[in-house]
Amino acid sequence: MSLLAIQVLNGLQLGLLMFLVAAGLTLVFGVMDFINLAHGVQYMMGAYLAATFIGWTGHFVIGLGMALFGIMLFGLLLERVMFRHLYARSHLDQVLATFGLILFLNQGVKMVWGAAPLSVPVPEWFQGSVLLGDGILYPVYRFVIIGSGLLMALVLWLVVEKTRLGMLVRAGASNATMLSALGVDVRKLFMVIFAFGTMLAGFAGAMAAPILSVEPGMGDQVLILAFVVIVIGGIGSIRGAFAGALLVGLIDTLARSYSVDVMRLFVGPAAARGIANGLSSMFIYLLMALVLFLRPDGLFPARGRT
Amino acid sequence: MSGPLVLSSKRSSFWPVVVLCLGLALVPVVAVLTKQGHWISLTTQMMILALAALSLDLILGIGGLLSFGHAAFIGLGAYTTGILIQEGKGDVLVALPMSLAVSGLFAFLTGIIALRTRGVVFIMITLAFGQMAYFAAQALYAYGGDDGLTLDGRSTLFGLKLLSNKIVFYYLTFACLAGCLLLLQRLSRARFGRVLLGARDNAVRMESLGYDVFRVRLMAYVLSGMMAGLAGFLLANHTEFVSPAYAAWQRSGDLIFMVIIGGVGSLWGAVGGALTYLLLEEGLSGLTEHWKVIFGPLIILFVLLTHGGIEGVVGRFRDLLDGGRHD
Repeated sequence: MSLLAIQVLNGLQLGLLMFLVAAGLTLVFGVMDFINLAHGVQYMMGAYLAATFIGWTGHFVIGLGMALFGIMLFGLLLERVMFRHLYARSHLDQVLATFGLILFLNQGVKMVWGAAPLSVPVPEWFQGSVLLGDGILYPVYRFVIIGSGLLMALVLWLVVEKTRLGMLVRAGASNATMLSALGVDVRKLFMVIFAFGTMLAGFAGAMAAPILSVEPGMGDQVLILAFVVIVIGGIGSIRGAFAGALLVGLIDTLARSYSVDVMRLFVGPAAARGIANGLSSMFIYLLMALVLFLRPDGLFPARGRT
Repeated sequence: MSGPLVLSSKRSSFWPVVVLCLGLALVPVVAVLTKQGHWISLTTQMMILALAALSLDLILGIGGLLSFGHAAFIGLGAYTTGILIQEGKGDVLVALPMSLAVSGLFAFLTGIIALRTRGVVFIMITLAFGQMAYFAAQALYAYGGDDGLTLDGRSTLFGLKLLSNKIVFYYLTFACLAGCLLLLQRLSRARFGRVLLGARDNAVRMESLGYDVFRVRLMAYVLSGMMAGLAGFLLANHTEFVSPAYAAWQRSGDLIFMVIIGGVGSLWGAVGGALTYLLLEEGLSGLTEHWKVIFGPLIILFVLLTHGGIEGVVGRFRDLLDGGRHD
């Protein structure tokens, strides 16, 4: 029971991080019909910038703020130089170009920061653990991640559902051409969404930096998971991304933890960990296949999308 | 003149394939005469990559389906072969049909689900299935897990170690590539290919004409998966090593690059694309260990500056020479 509680919290935490990445990705997809494979490396850049700025300033919150600003500028720069020229292209061109960007940035961070993983200290305020009855300890920082993830989700929901900008975003996700015909400057809207999505991914990377190792290629797996989340939730749908992310986070974490125990019944501990790692990674893809088989448009398809 | 995406215009016809095949057939002869033995191995590797790119070109170029998980089939073929070799059942007569069957079955099962979707979702779902194969390979703890598996040797044929001879292996690979090239060339002109091509441009219209688009696509997907499985069989034998990295998603990206740089839908372009990729890799990694820092931007520039790959560029150039004559 206590193990289950911890695993559910871990799953929630992974799910919320996934949501931050997937939210930007799904909007960029939904509104611009643009496949940005490089969204994962933006998560990675967020983590690297956070590691660097926190190291410089020695202060978590200031470093985080600088990293967020930096990643947003970086996103705008990429949009200006490269992505803007790809919106009208075929998906094939978009996939290939952003794939090139991944190769470049993964290798680039290796050149700048080295191949060895960086570690970011957990901020002083949030060190230590909380006692959750029954003698279960859970690190404070992980609660911080869960809390800030929920906060971001709330802010995102308020912006998308309650503001004029959000209305434009939803309209864009349903039919960008129509929106443009109604006199909205869609290019500007694209830029705002893009910068915002990049910042969310960067924020997820920065928040994850103290509990994961910051290393080249760390964004690749996150990107693919975010794809799964979006497909499960329905492209262009924030609600779908939220539900999908929590589902993926929980299932992945629980499968990972329990499949080791199950495998241990059959083979030795080292082999069990190796096998369980691979098998549990497959679970969410099976989940995705099931969802797509039953509902090809995902669980919560964006309304009015053609 | 048609756009770069159209297949079976005059220039992607019979003669380039013949010239290409003759050239490849002569490589070992030249290599032995000039004592450049490593050419044989390098060209073998190139042909295996070309076969893999060719198989992707069937669904991507002709079918218009952007699969981002194609390396999975290579991995499946390679692992099937590798495991059979380790278990002492590595004879070609066992390993080859098994590799084709396993990759074909995986293509069939994933194709049933993936082909229900279109566009972006298809890209993502194939990517996810590719990852599934990748993690499955990692989970094969008894066969090396994450680190991969060094094989005891190559497949035998009727118990003979024929394939260990690199010239024999070269011609086996060559035969596979040439056979697949010819097969696809014929298929793309047959009704099967026409329906596939038609469905790429307008699936609804093909369906209203009475064709079962899903079935044709599924057949193409399975055939393509089996061809990539064949490439996997050859790869495992060539390197005498299998690793989850064969099925990694970056490999799928590399394959897409090869297909595009050679010109989407042009069958011999896939071979040219594989050659270009290998030359770039060899050349750039000679300059710096961080060659991907150059390779990545090259891909980006290539996409931004051209449409339709080298063949498309050559085609447009030729159009200029033709003085705009339409054929």
